[in-house]
Parts: sequence; structure tokens; C-alpha cells
Amino acid sequence: MRFDTSPAPHVIAGYTVPRVMFQVLFALVPAGVAHVVLFGPGLLLQLSVACVTALLAEAVALRWRGRDAVPALKDGSVLVTAFLLAFSIPPLLPWWLGALGTALAVLLGKHVFGGLGQNPFNPAMVGYAILLVSFPAEMTRWPVPMDVDGTRTWSELARLSFAGFYGADLTARWDGYTGATALDSIRSGLDLRYTLPELLGREDIAGTPGARGFAWINLAALAGGLYLMLRRIVRWHIPVAVLGGLLVPSFIAHGLDSGNALGPAMQAFSGATMLAAFFIATDPVSAATSDRGRLWYGAGIGLIAWIIRTWGDYPDGFAFAVLLMNLAVPFIDRYTVPRIYGRQP
Amino acid sequence: MAVRSRFPAGLALDAHKQQACGTQIVELPLPAHLVLALDQGTGYSAEPVVAVGEAVATGTLVARTGHPFASAVHAPLAGIVVAIEAREAAVEGGRSVCIVIEGNGSDRIDDSVRPVKDPASLGPEELVRRLRDAGIAGLGGAGFPASTKLASARNLGAHTLVLNGAECEPWICCDDALMRSAASDVVLGALILRRAAGAVRCVIAIEEDKPAAIAAVTGAIDGLRDDAVTLAVVPAVYPQGAERQLITTVAGVEVPSGGLPADAGVICQNVATAAAVARWATRGEPMLSRVVTVTGSGVGHPGNVRAPIGTPLAALIAASGGYRGTPLRLIAGGSMTGRALPSDEVGLTKSMNCVLVATRDDIGSRLGAVELPCIRCGDCANSCPAGLLPQQLLRAALADAHDTLRQLGVHDCIECGLCDYVCPSQIPLADRFREAKRRLQEAEAMTKKAADARERHELRQRRLQEAATIEQETFESVRGRARRPGVDSTGDSN
Repeated sequence: MRFDTSPAPHVIAGYTVPRVMFQVLFALVPAGVAHVVLFGPGLLLQLSVACVTALLAEAVALRWRGRDAVPALKDGSVLVTAFLLAFSIPPLLPWWLGALGTALAVLLGKHVFGGLGQNPFNPAMVGYAILLVSFPAEMTRWPVPMDVDGTRTWSELARLSFAGFYGADLTARWDGYTGATALDSIRSGLDLRYTLPELLGREDIAGTPGARGFAWINLAALAGGLYLMLRRIVRWHIPVAVLGGLLVPSFIAHGLDSGNALGPAMQAFSGATMLAAFFIATDPVSAATSDRGRLWYGAGIGLIAWIIRTWGDYPDGFAFAVLLMNLAVPFIDRYTVPRIYGRQP
Repeated sequence: MAVRSRFPAGLALDAHKQQACGTQIVELPLPAHLVLALDQGTGYSAEPVVAVGEAVATGTLVARTGHPFASAVHAPLAGIVVAIEAREAAVEGGRSVCIVIEGNGSDRIDDSVRPVKDPASLGPEELVRRLRDAGIAGLGGAGFPASTKLASARNLGAHTLVLNGAECEPWICCDDALMRSAASDVVLGALILRRAAGAVRCVIAIEEDKPAAIAAVTGAIDGLRDDAVTLAVVPAVYPQGAERQLITTVAGVEVPSGGLPADAGVICQNVATAAAVARWATRGEPMLSRVVTVTGSGVGHPGNVRAPIGTPLAALIAASGGYRGTPLRLIAGGSMTGRALPSDEVGLTKSMNCVLVATRDDIGSRLGAVELPCIRCGDCANSCPAGLLPQQLLRAALADAHDTLRQLGVHDCIECGLCDYVCPSQIPLADRFREAKRRLQEAEAMTKKAADARERHELRQRRLQEAATIEQETFESVRGRARRPGVDSTGDSN
């Protein structure tokens, strides 16, 4: 009797890339729910435009590159890019900016380098950074969350979200409903020589905007991230290193100068901290390779984010921190090759 | 004594051992004909010493060798040599010259088959020589001649013999069955191997999921009253039974990259090899048979069979209840490292510890695999028992970057297949690395050839140069003498 042959091993575990990607999307659900409850349905609008644009851009890019589009569209990787970008941009962003950012993320961030697995930079952060430097006003305008004083209801946030999404002039009718995030306001306040306790006592900062809203989103993202770690989709090295890189310097700085430096708790639960630590920095394609390399990589991201938050001109530092450390990956990889069995260290 | 794994990573796999493991070892009746491959699984062949038409007895030497990587072959069946020709075989490359013996009903035993009178009186050198003559090859899967390992172990001063009864690969349980039924043979063989290797200590390593084998071997060791023979119960983590990994777990030392286990003071032999040595000592029997696991969803009655070397696999499978369902692959070895064979006409080799008749139930995951680009998730690196970075190796392999491949340790890859197993992009990594190693070898051979050619050329140039210089010097000296006034031999100038 004759048989076909094939190389060993003849059995595999059956893990798949789509499974990894859809687990990541699933783990974003808690943060998404918190986002929608606190800031209105803007996230859902951004998500829909990002997903549609991402799938279209992926299909077009694959056509251009003469590749089969169907398996790539089904692998879910481009949806992860779309989700991460939609979570990062303000929910009030006009739809065409969301679409532009997503298209650039997929085309410039991913396909010019050769598609899935080849991109040196995190595609979502490429899209985000381009939008941030090109449209700083739109990119820093967030709705004031609904838990402030009861005057803003969820249905009003919904109307605000739609107005923003369709590109209405938000300054006229919705003045007072929008503002900068807490991190942003505190940084501008510190620039104007206010002290931190003063700023934190101010109604429009601590009582109001992002402060509490973002804390809930960060908590939800942390829960999702822990789920990913539990399912072994994400290993601990990068999240722990990112948080360490951000929180250790902020702990020291706050200890030295509590009047001007944000403490670790505030840093951990503000802005994009948890999203970056568990979902963005952990993109394996653009991260360092070995476990030891990933510790350096994550710590670098946390540290750069802290530097940008402390001395930079941008409201949050994670997008640039991630991109800068993406740039450092070949260097990190060069010096963090693990010892091979049987070789001298 | 229970010890923990000390090599990097590894993974607990589905064992699939219950199918074949419950039964006793069945003695296969002598088949009508045998196909003895001269390459018994190492890639190196012995030389036939019989001719077509010649009659052979059980135990007659039919092929001998001086090569350290090949082993002598003996006739497990009395009969007539009917063919010596290249045939499909379960070896690298798929073909080997085979001696085909047809049984003639005789039960004549070769004169050379005599119990060894007093194996304890033989010196290590004599032992190694006699084991080489008996064709004793490693039965754990590589088929490497025991004598070669023993000789180098003695030269390098190995102190510890590790007897490998880990049997970590899924489906395979022939060593388990052998240890349960012939533990005293294993221990007797271990003592002879230890002497031959010049080692002091002997550690028999068994994975913790084989309690019956552990009990049997413990009993046999207790009967010895030799403190230098011990048992190590090791975790059931794949690839615990890989030579280097097991040595690290049991002896706490790493085998240097590119070196031999003996460089770390250790020699490793399989438990079944030890039992074969005991058979040789007590009966004088060269390596004529082995225990092989016949299993898989595609075979009627999975079990362990003692079969003559050279038994056509079809006969082995027929004796195990025949085919069942739709067998898709015939695999020599286990599901992780086994070699898929094109035909069941090939003969059993010394290195074949398992015949896995796989249906879709057994290998569906691989058959249905869809390869996607590497996303550098690192699951491969986190399972690699050699501490490699398969994701980086893959890049280097695709780029055919030879220096990078060597630097990243492609030669340290033991091809266990775990990186394949866990890869979410379902990339056939182990096969890519095998291919990369092959290309490296070719390139190195080319480089050597080119270097040799250049050396020849340069030597020739130098010779020509020297000849020219001598000629020139001769000419100059003759001319010089001709021109020097007063010294001119003729003396008649001016």
C-alpha cells in the first residue's frame, strides 16, 4: 500500500492568528462599554468608520500587491488596528479624520512594509500620530463625561457625538460640553505655574473631565488586559515593563516634588496608560523579540511616555513612545539574544 | 528520585499512549521475507558480505562496516539471499541498498551465535569491539552505533551513563513495555554499557507518567545492591527524551553546542539498547530484532511487537489487526518527529521505534493547517528546548542568510517540532530549518571545494614560479660567469 508523505511534525496545536486577534478584540469590550457609558456613543461611530475603512484599505492594498485578499481579511489583524485607533482618537472626531487615520495606518503603517508581520511600527500608532500632528485641535477635544454635575445626560452626549462625527462646529452650540483631557489640562496648568494640588482641586479638572472618566476606562482596559494574560495571548513582560517605566519615575518625581509631578496612581489611570500597556505596546510584530528585549522595550515606552507627559507639548505620550521604541527594536534585539542551550553566555 | 526539567521550555503534549500501551509485547512470527536496509537509519550504509543466492542462517553477518556511523547487519531469518538492490527504505533520502532474504523453513542458527561466557571478564575495549560486531545500534530512534558512542565516551573520560527511558514522544511506548517486562535485562545491559564506556555512575531516567515501568526498574535496581546505579523520575515534558535535554535534566550539565555528550562527561543510551546488549550477553544474539510500537487510529489492534529487523511494515501491520478506516500517513516514529513513509513495503530498521498509522483523527490539525505570515508572537521561542528564537531563524532562513543562521544557532535546533506545534500562523518551521541546514551544508561543501581548488591553483602557481626562478637563476649564473672578466673559464676574452 502506498501513502502520501509530509514533513514532521504531523500534528499541531491548532492555535490560529484569527483566534489571537479576535481574543484581543474581545478583551477590548469592557473598555468599550466604559467608554460608551461615560463619553456617549462616539466610540461606536468611530469604530464603525475605522473598521469599514480598514477592511477596504486592506483589500485594496492586497489587490495592488497582487495577493489574495480573503485570508488576510479573515485573519482579524486589520480589525485590531482599527479598534486600537478608534479607542485612541477622541469620540468627537469628524468621520473623515477617522477614515483618513485608519487608511494611513493600514497603508503606510502596514502594507508599504509588506503587510502582516512585516511592519516595523505599530500601524494604529502611525495613524494616530499623523492625525495628532496634522489636526491637533480636533485630536485633543474630548466630550466632558456625563458623571460631572448631572446637567449633561447620555442622550445629549449622543447628540454631541453625532454632531462631532458629521463635522458640525462644536464650539458654537456645544461650548462647555467639550474640553481637553485631565492630563492635558494639568499640563497646561503646570505650564502656567499653577501647583498640582491647586489644579487637582479645580472643578474643571479633577471634579470634571477626563479624570474620573478615564480612570474607569483604564480600569476596564486593565481587566481586559489581565484576561489576555490569563489566556496567554499576552505575556507579562511588556505590560509590566511599560507600567514600571511610567510609574517608577513618576513615583520618584512625585516624592521629590509633589507640587508639580503627577503621582503614580494618577499616571496609571489617566489617558491611554492601560490601553497602551496591554493592547498597543504588546503588538508582537513591532515589539522586541526576546523576553529580556521586551522588558527593555516596554520600560522604554513607559519612560518616554512619562517624559512626554512631564515635559512634552502633547497631551499624552504613548503614541510617540511606542513609535520611538519600535524604532529601537533592531538595536534592542541585537543585544538581547537569549543564550542558546549549550553555548557560553 | 524525582528531578525537575532543567532545559529551556518544552511542553506537555497529549501522550496518545493508552492505545498501544496496555498490552504485553507480542512476538511476531517470522515473516516469509525480510528487507534489510544497509542504512539502518543513520544515513550511512554497511557493505554486503553475502551474494545473491547464498544461504544464510539466523544470526549470519550479511553486511559489515568500518564506518563509525554505520552498523553491521545480521540475518534475523535463515534462508536465501534473493536480492541485493536499492529499494525504498525508512531512511534519509528514501532509498537504501537492501538485502532481501527469503525464509526457507530452516531453523539453522549461525555458529557465531553463542552466549558470551563471562561478559564481566571482558575489558572495555574488547566489549566495544564485540558490540560493534554484534551490530548493536541505538534503539531510541537515531540508530547510532552504540560502539562508536562508547569508544568516544571512554576517550573523553565520561563518568556518567544516562539510560534514556523517558520516551517523551506521543504514541510511542515500546520502551515502556520493555521496561515493564524486561527490567532485569535493562539493568544488566546498563552494567555492561557502563563498563564499556568506562563510566562510574549510571542513571536510568523514566518519565513520571510510566509508574509500572518505574516500579519494575526500581525492583531490578534494588536487586543489584550497587549504589552507583540510580533511577531518576523526570517530568513528562516533551522533548524530555531528547539526548541533550535529558542529560541536562538528569546530570545538571549542558552539552556544549557542537560538542558531544561525552564533552560534558556523560554518555546517553536508550533502555532498549541496554536490553539488546543483555540479549547479546546472555544468548550471544547480535541485533536481530527490536520492540516496536504499532499504533494509530488506522491500525486494528495497536500494541507493542517484537519483530525481526527487516520485517516489511505491511507484515507488521497485518499482525496488528491490519489497516482500519482510512489511513492517510504511515509514519516511522511518533507524531512529532516521525518520518512519513511512501510505502508499507519498507523493512523495519533498528532505529524505528514506532509505526504510526495515522488517520484524519490523528493528524487532522496539520492537514487542515493554513499558513499565514509570522506575527512574531514568540510562542515558538517560549517553547524551544534549545533556547533558540525560531521567529528570527525563520527570517534568516527565508533570506538564506548563512552567517545569521549559524549565529542564531540553526545547528543547535534538534528538530523536535515544538515551534511548529504552537505556531498560530501554522508555519512548518521545523521543515524550514531542516531545509536551511541542508542548504548551509551544501554551501559549506561548495566553499570547501572552492578553497581546495584555490589552494591547488596557488600551489601550482608557486611550483611554476619556483621552477621559473630556478631556471632564471641558472641562466643568470651561467651568464654572469660568462661575463665576468678574469674568471672566464675559457680565459680567452681580451
